[in-house]
Amino acid sequence: MLGSSVIIEHLSKDYGDFHALKDVSMNINQGEFFSILGPSGCGKTTLLRIIAGFVFPDEGAVYLGDQNIVDLPPEQRDCNTVFQNYALFPHLSIYENIAFPLRLQKMSESAIDERVKKYLKMVQLENHSQKKPNQVSGGQRQRVAIARALINEPKVLLLDEPLSALDAKLRSNLLIDLDNIHDQIGITFIYITHDQSEALSVSDRIAVMNKGEILQIGEPFEIYESPATEFVASFIGETNIFSTTVSECSKKEDTDEYLCKLELDNFSVPVFVTDDGPTEVGQRVSYTVRPEKIHISLQKPMGRKYLNIFKGIVEEPIYAGFQSKLYIRLENGELIKVFKQHIKFLDEGPEISYLDEVYVSWTATDGYIIEDIDR
Amino acid sequence: MKNLKLKKDLGSYYAYPMGIWFSLFFLLPMVLIFAYSFLSKGLYGGVELQLSLKAYRDIFQKAYLLILGRTVVISFEATLYTIIIAIPCALALARSKRQTLYLTLIIIPFLINSLLRIFAWMSILGSDGIINRTLIQLGIITDSLPLLYNRRAVILVMVYMYLPYAILPIFSAIDRFDFSLLEAARDLGATKMQSYIKVLFPSIKSGINTAIIFTFIPAFGAYTIPLFVGGKDSYLLGNLIVDQVTKTRNWPLASAFSMFLTLISTVLVMYVFVDDKKKNPKKKRKI
Repeated sequence: MLGSSVIIEHLSKDYGDFHALKDVSMNINQGEFFSILGPSGCGKTTLLRIIAGFVFPDEGAVYLGDQNIVDLPPEQRDCNTVFQNYALFPHLSIYENIAFPLRLQKMSESAIDERVKKYLKMVQLENHSQKKPNQVSGGQRQRVAIARALINEPKVLLLDEPLSALDAKLRSNLLIDLDNIHDQIGITFIYITHDQSEALSVSDRIAVMNKGEILQIGEPFEIYESPATEFVASFIGETNIFSTTVSECSKKEDTDEYLCKLELDNFSVPVFVTDDGPTEVGQRVSYTVRPEKIHISLQKPMGRKYLNIFKGIVEEPIYAGFQSKLYIRLENGELIKVFKQHIKFLDEGPEISYLDEVYVSWTATDGYIIEDIDR
Repeated sequence: MKNLKLKKDLGSYYAYPMGIWFSLFFLLPMVLIFAYSFLSKGLYGGVELQLSLKAYRDIFQKAYLLILGRTVVISFEATLYTIIIAIPCALALARSKRQTLYLTLIIIPFLINSLLRIFAWMSILGSDGIINRTLIQLGIITDSLPLLYNRRAVILVMVYMYLPYAILPIFSAIDRFDFSLLEAARDLGATKMQSYIKVLFPSIKSGINTAIIFTFIPAFGAYTIPLFVGGKDSYLLGNLIVDQVTKTRNWPLASAFSMFLTLISTVLVMYVFVDDKKKNPKKKRKI
């Protein structure tokens, strides 16, 4: 069975004065695990419901392969949905829930049995087939919903926050199961979530949405390391964002990279950053550096490796097992986050604790310039 | 320990007021009627203390069986129409934004005595009633239509009378229904109609069953409605029982008919109840 590409062109949808979607376009490749990530109310569910056929857009088109499906009723679309609340039929057994689409097609009893057993096996529920949905656990219910959505062998599987009702441990297990199923059957998955770690871990590509608009589409590492806007930077993972002005920008010798000097607002110490293109001097930009890339020490680090060195005071150390999260107040009053990984057994060296005076430092390549400032 | 035991024992005493009430006013009359049906007819009503199965032999007369059959058919028809009207009403009610208003409108008729409501229908359907007069004034007909005192009038008024009893249980079942299930059904390839038949109706079946009981049983025992708006073609079991008591003065026969009526109603309730239980084997019923 093969997937199909999904092309979304200029979709808009208003609910009264509320713009749920504003001119959204994207191309989802055949067989891709594509996530749509955004906070609640960002329009991602509306987008999914338009693809599934439950909502009709005010404008725009949705192509499944090369067919525009925007006017088709849901039952005629070659895509199936895994609903957030599972939406299992409570009056039917798990077996009959999964067989439901096949019974609608009036398939022969033996063909139904063969197909249902195959999918029951895929989601490891062979032993529960005769139970009712309310007699199995949340994770099992979700697996029934996945099997039921797949049994029609759709070209696209839509997943509407399928794991949000489950506990953390189950969530990560089911996520791996989902990824395996995707690898096995190879159809296109469109995965809606507000959980950035889910999206980062399984997706081939991610679209980040906010307020009805697509902010960035890219592979997980692109979204994380080179966010297109301040919102993307702060929504995906944790980060430190500074408002700055470009004061110098020049091409580095023998490379394609540019080294820029940025003046932080109300701060005398500049930061240095490399970028793959020139930035106009005098332009206002945001500068972001991820907390795990910042080095922290009690002594001032030596050498030219760390171009950006700031002094500050530990205001809040939080121990979290594999790492410590430290909030450090810089001399200009700005609060920054630093993650210190505990790589070795009981880290060597003097311990950094509350109200210590510390140096935070990072190299010019660790930060990133965001030209698109959210105003 | 002792205290605990005392408390536990007290529990059963809480059931006594209810138990006494039911025994006195429900069970005792039933037992009396049951006993009467096996006694002989008194000359001026009442019974004579002489065991007899005559009443049960009399039931199976052709004339009585005709009335019984007619009662079954009319109750069945009334129930069918009531349910057919109640389902879309309940559906609209469950999805409406002005639920409280509509619920109040449905409940308001309960505040008016049922006899008055039957009289109201008489003045609507009568030969000098609203409908006939309007039609005559509009020149559509010259002679009034025989809307009253027939089978159709009985069924119409029955449907009107029992509709709220049918809407409410169906509404409460639909209100608990998760409408995203209909979307799931559509998503999996069902048409709108199929999604209703295969998902909505099975899910609200218990509500529909309750509505059927609430409609069929009073319709089956109805006597005021056929008495006031019915005619010769709609003389029902309820009228027969009343006439046996007040006119023919054959109390054993009236009792036998009553037992028969109770039996059929009980069988229906049991059937629906067992059917419900079979569908939800794990559902715990707490009393």
